[in-house]
Amino acid sequence: MAENNPSEVKDKPAAPAGGNGNGARSLLGVTIDPDEIKKKAQIDLEGLKQPTKTEVYKSIFRVKHDQTARSRTLGVLSNVFLHLHPAKVNRDAVRYNFTWGMGGISFYLFWVLTWTGVLLMFYYHPTKVQAFRDILYLEHDVPFGKLLRNMHRWAAHAMVLTVQLHMFRVFLTGSYKKPRQFNWSVGVILLVLTLLLSFTGYLLPDDQLGFWAVTVGTNMARATPMLGHEGPFGPELGMTPFNDVRFALLGGSIVDANALLRAYIWHCIAIPGFAAIFMIVHFWRVRKDGGISGPAPIMLEKEIKPVRR
Amino acid sequence: MDWHQLWTIVSLPDNIPIVGMLFIIPFFTWYALRQARANDRLAERLENDPDMAKTHHRKVQPFQKGWVREVAVWPYLLRMEFLAAIIVTIILMVWSITLDAPLEEPANPSLTMNPSKAPWYFLGLQEMLVYFDPWIAGVVMPTLIIIGLIVIPYIDANPLGNGYYTYKQRRFAIWAFIFGFIILWCSMIVIGTLIRGPGWMWFWPGMTWDHNRLIFEINRDLHEIVGITSQPWIGIFGGLVVGGFMVVAGYACHRIITATEFSRKILGRMSLLQYAIMQGLLIIMLALPVKMAARLLFRIKYVWVTPWFNV
Repeated sequence: MAENNPSEVKDKPAAPAGGNGNGARSLLGVTIDPDEIKKKAQIDLEGLKQPTKTEVYKSIFRVKHDQTARSRTLGVLSNVFLHLHPAKVNRDAVRYNFTWGMGGISFYLFWVLTWTGVLLMFYYHPTKVQAFRDILYLEHDVPFGKLLRNMHRWAAHAMVLTVQLHMFRVFLTGSYKKPRQFNWSVGVILLVLTLLLSFTGYLLPDDQLGFWAVTVGTNMARATPMLGHEGPFGPELGMTPFNDVRFALLGGSIVDANALLRAYIWHCIAIPGFAAIFMIVHFWRVRKDGGISGPAPIMLEKEIKPVRR
Repeated sequence: MDWHQLWTIVSLPDNIPIVGMLFIIPFFTWYALRQARANDRLAERLENDPDMAKTHHRKVQPFQKGWVREVAVWPYLLRMEFLAAIIVTIILMVWSITLDAPLEEPANPSLTMNPSKAPWYFLGLQEMLVYFDPWIAGVVMPTLIIIGLIVIPYIDANPLGNGYYTYKQRRFAIWAFIFGFIILWCSMIVIGTLIRGPGWMWFWPGMTWDHNRLIFEINRDLHEIVGITSQPWIGIFGGLVVGGFMVVAGYACHRIITATEFSRKILGRMSLLQYAIMQGLLIIMLALPVKMAARLLFRIKYVWVTPWFNV
């Protein structure tokens, strides 16, 4: 700095010599003016009283958050987490009685499950030797480990329930009708993925409950027509316990170490990944199909238009 | 009456969702149908009064001239979402603090759990194993349930009731869904949880789960009752029975679909393909209660026995 502005360095020692009486001093060639510093500190303190006016705040949030309609709209549209929402919604749709909030609650539960699941992964090894001990460790030694596991399990149960209720509501309000047909189908896929997520998680504690539930569940795969060794036309097509669809699911002919590892990978990586992709499409299509379906104005029987083919 | 046995089943932490379902599903059904009735009343008034239909805002929710039709998401929707997230979190916290996730003994392939039950949401499928072979109950039926749900929007030719609760404008659709979802899916889950005990035997609520209970019931195949004993005829007979069921069920469904003038009008809007798919799915859905009745009331195991598969 000194090299860039040689004149400044020369001028500054001269200032106190001018004797303007404000007590400014020079230290190692840097001028220190207490009044000036006080003034600047006051400006900073004033800024703290209004954090929304600071540069840092403005750079993060970009829009003013005041009461005007424009700011409220921009607050939603320019926020990465909120931009899935439209700026405005049907005045009657914000009431609880139309949607029951079940879709949103399902999504929230998915988040709870993701976070508790990631935390559980820190303490879990998908091996026959360690898996069950890890659960005991979680229940007895890990701080809040029991709460963590309980929350993961109950949130999973709750999500299966809320997803079904969401489907029930969407059916009863006819929200799958034109133009939302495809989004209903995406929703059905998400329902199946929810059930599969819960089912693959069932085996992971490696206890009697999960073991026998998964044994019962995958035994049905033996009977798959043409692809299972006990299914219709399975043996005729060369299916044995060692090459059929059940073998592919379990990574073996019995529920053992490979099945545990496969369940773990499906549960923690593959199915959540698929579910995330389908959720992106689902939410995107809710917006693109015209937002939430209602409460829509009632249509009367005589207003039905003839089908166009 | 063994209240303790009932309590043992109901108080199992993993069964909380089913106990909850016993209240939640009827509540939401009532809640939806109540709104449907309000909308149906309004629709009836509008049908009878064309002048009113021209000016009315056509919702049961209040609306006056000058009110905005749309409200800002921030704060009106976001505050609801935030509140919902808080309430869900509180419920989950309380639930997780008071009830522990179950953990049995370490997995032991040589010690079979009795009864060994699937997770609660698959108990409907497990219960179906009583009535059908695994290839139907465990593979074909779930696949058809998924496909059937996916095609609903594409076979429902009724344009009414899009975006509001109604019963009168969609009688058949609502009955079909409630039949499949509540009467079949949910009640089978409840049977699988509350009724089925050791050996997957039927225990009425309040009966003690007796691990030594024996049931002296001999299940018969339909052809044995009729008295057919040799194979090609057994298969042909079974095929005729199943085919006969399909014809009768299809006819019954058709009668229901064409019961009213309105439903005939909707049928006229359907393509042949839509009609065929809907009939196929309805017939297969009806096969479940029919087979349940055959098994539970008449102890019939198979109606169609062939060298390759049994139905």
